[in-house]
Amino acid sequence: MSILVNKNTKVIVQGITGRSGRFHTEQCAAYGTQIVAGAVPGRGGTDVNGIPVFDTVAEGVAATGADTSLIFVPARFNAADSVMEAAEAGVELVVCISEHIPVLDMVKAKAFLKGKPTRLIGPNCPGVITPGECKIGVMPEFAYTPGNVGIVSRSGTLTYEAAYQLKRLGIGQSTCVGIGGDPVIGTNFVDVLELFEADDDTHAVVLIGEIGGTAEEQAAAFVKDKMTKPVVGFIAGQTAPPGKRMGHAGAIISGGQGTAADKIQALKDAGITVADSLATIGETVAATLTEHIGRKA
Amino acid sequence: MNIHEYQAKQILESYGVNTLLGEVAETPEEAETVAKELDFSRCVVKAQIHAGGRGKGGGIKLANSPAEAKQHAEMLIGMQLVTPQTGPEGKRVRKVLIAEAAEIEKEYYLAILLDRETSQLTLIGSEEGGVNIEEVAAETPEKIIRAEIDPAFGLPEFQARQFAYQLITDPTYRPILPNATALILSLYNAFTGCDCSLVEINPLAIVKKDDGLDIVALDSKVNLDDNSLWRHPDIAEMRDPYEEDPSELEASKSGLSYIRLDGDIGCMVNGAGLAMATMDIIKQNGGEPANFLDVGGGASVEAVSHAFRLILGDENVKAVLVNIFGGIMKCDTIANGIVEAAKQVDLNVPLVVRLEGTNVELGKQIIAESDLDVQLAEGLSEAAQLAVTAANLA
Repeated sequence: MSILVNKNTKVIVQGITGRSGRFHTEQCAAYGTQIVAGAVPGRGGTDVNGIPVFDTVAEGVAATGADTSLIFVPARFNAADSVMEAAEAGVELVVCISEHIPVLDMVKAKAFLKGKPTRLIGPNCPGVITPGECKIGVMPEFAYTPGNVGIVSRSGTLTYEAAYQLKRLGIGQSTCVGIGGDPVIGTNFVDVLELFEADDDTHAVVLIGEIGGTAEEQAAAFVKDKMTKPVVGFIAGQTAPPGKRMGHAGAIISGGQGTAADKIQALKDAGITVADSLATIGETVAATLTEHIGRKA
Repeated sequence: MNIHEYQAKQILESYGVNTLLGEVAETPEEAETVAKELDFSRCVVKAQIHAGGRGKGGGIKLANSPAEAKQHAEMLIGMQLVTPQTGPEGKRVRKVLIAEAAEIEKEYYLAILLDRETSQLTLIGSEEGGVNIEEVAAETPEKIIRAEIDPAFGLPEFQARQFAYQLITDPTYRPILPNATALILSLYNAFTGCDCSLVEINPLAIVKKDDGLDIVALDSKVNLDDNSLWRHPDIAEMRDPYEEDPSELEASKSGLSYIRLDGDIGCMVNGAGLAMATMDIIKQNGGEPANFLDVGGGASVEAVSHAFRLILGDENVKAVLVNIFGGIMKCDTIANGIVEAAKQVDLNVPLVVRLEGTNVELGKQIIAESDLDVQLAEGLSEAAQLAVTAANLA
């Protein structure tokens, strides 16, 4: 088992004909992901490396049975609208890689999803990977290996770094979810922690947060109240100055809120082991696994 | 993006938000002319900088005549204004806003912002206006009122009215409530119309006018969503280059994310999260990062050489740490980029490189075999230690 995606997941790629859409579709397919369709307005009837392209997501879903959408549509081509189109077409999962989406567009798209069965991951995220089965995103696959540690993170490269540290210690991952660096995202830490808690094949979770917002504090409260599995945390941005956006639109300390120190304290108060340095995420997980489970996951 | 108070005032006025008469001036003479033309008997001269707390810092002066407005402007324009939000070096004042002096009856706080927990816009109000709202929220949270706005329907008039009634409870001010409702609606239209990320009126004031009471936005702060500026070219032009670090501005033009800090170890990293964590590990090893810099996932030769130029443009930099996790873009390609870029920019400080990922051995070999004076680090801790040592020796 795993969460969100596995070898049976059928993917339709929105924006498949663009440069990065085409490139990453090839990478995902090579990894073993079932890419069954593409959707690009005006390109219906053509194909990309044998993958049929449809004008609309609804047509693609009807023709191929796709249950998940992967979005590479650039922000200026209304990526938030693509999210709504996918949800309306009835896919279960939408993974939106696109970055720089206007925040008010995402506020609307998120409201559109309310009450619908579709889950959105992202935007501005690396996607989701269940190592050895399915990659729906842009992450470098060599960093991952199948196993029993779940990773959830607001940052792409930090996730690769953490996964690779684990891999070199012989610790594999069940599923790794990049939830995205924007202030408005479809799925938050708590949602993913809930899924990991219920997943038999996930024995421990790594939570990688950063400055800005209160998602880490909410995650801490959830871990304290609801989780039985060990969680290792890491928070980036201890040296970030207040009032500045650190690359990600959501990574900003404003009005004294959202500091790394507050988040680290909240995680520690919830009984979460916090890796104190980027270099020690892997070893901290290894030590936690030994302590809690008595063996490597 | 941040804009000045006078620009925020222009935007809000264009959406029908009631503000006081006033105009911006760049010289003392202009200040006097504005005060004369607008026929102010008394006016306020307000320094225009991108920081709050201007009153406390002496950046807001009352003038009883156009001549006095000129005197105040003379003093303010060109000064380094220090406020609780500017840091000790302060900010240079280049413009002043000359605004009608109001006879204030009562001050409130009103804002629209994005609530990240609910992903909805939220109205925030308080009868404690004109003061630091974060302090009010911390000390007397019961004095803060909030209303969530459903993005599917926007702000209906009844909700704005309800909010106005909750905010302004003194029966004396009942006649002003229709105007307050209209102001809240206009403020919401400005927020959504311009893709704001924050609109704050502090204070929102009930003022005495010749013909009775009125409600006006006395001071306003508007922040804009950077991701939406492309669809508001007129607002994008409001960017004041003097208010931004020139190297940060240059970086953003070329698609790099760069923020200058006070330390002496320049950092070049791919990915925002990894870049932050790299700054942190430098600090943990006893050093101080000179910047945040995300060269992007691709880390192309152009991006890397541009990043080197930005980092070396900071004269405080005594060593550079490059931390790249090669993914889709392989380490050998990145190594070639680093060597090429380092040649182009004539690197004159110690360089520490930590590479990890696809083809890492090949990447390290390329760097080791180049005639570049570079220290290859085996891991993250070693990289940070080497960079800190190099900076301390320099």
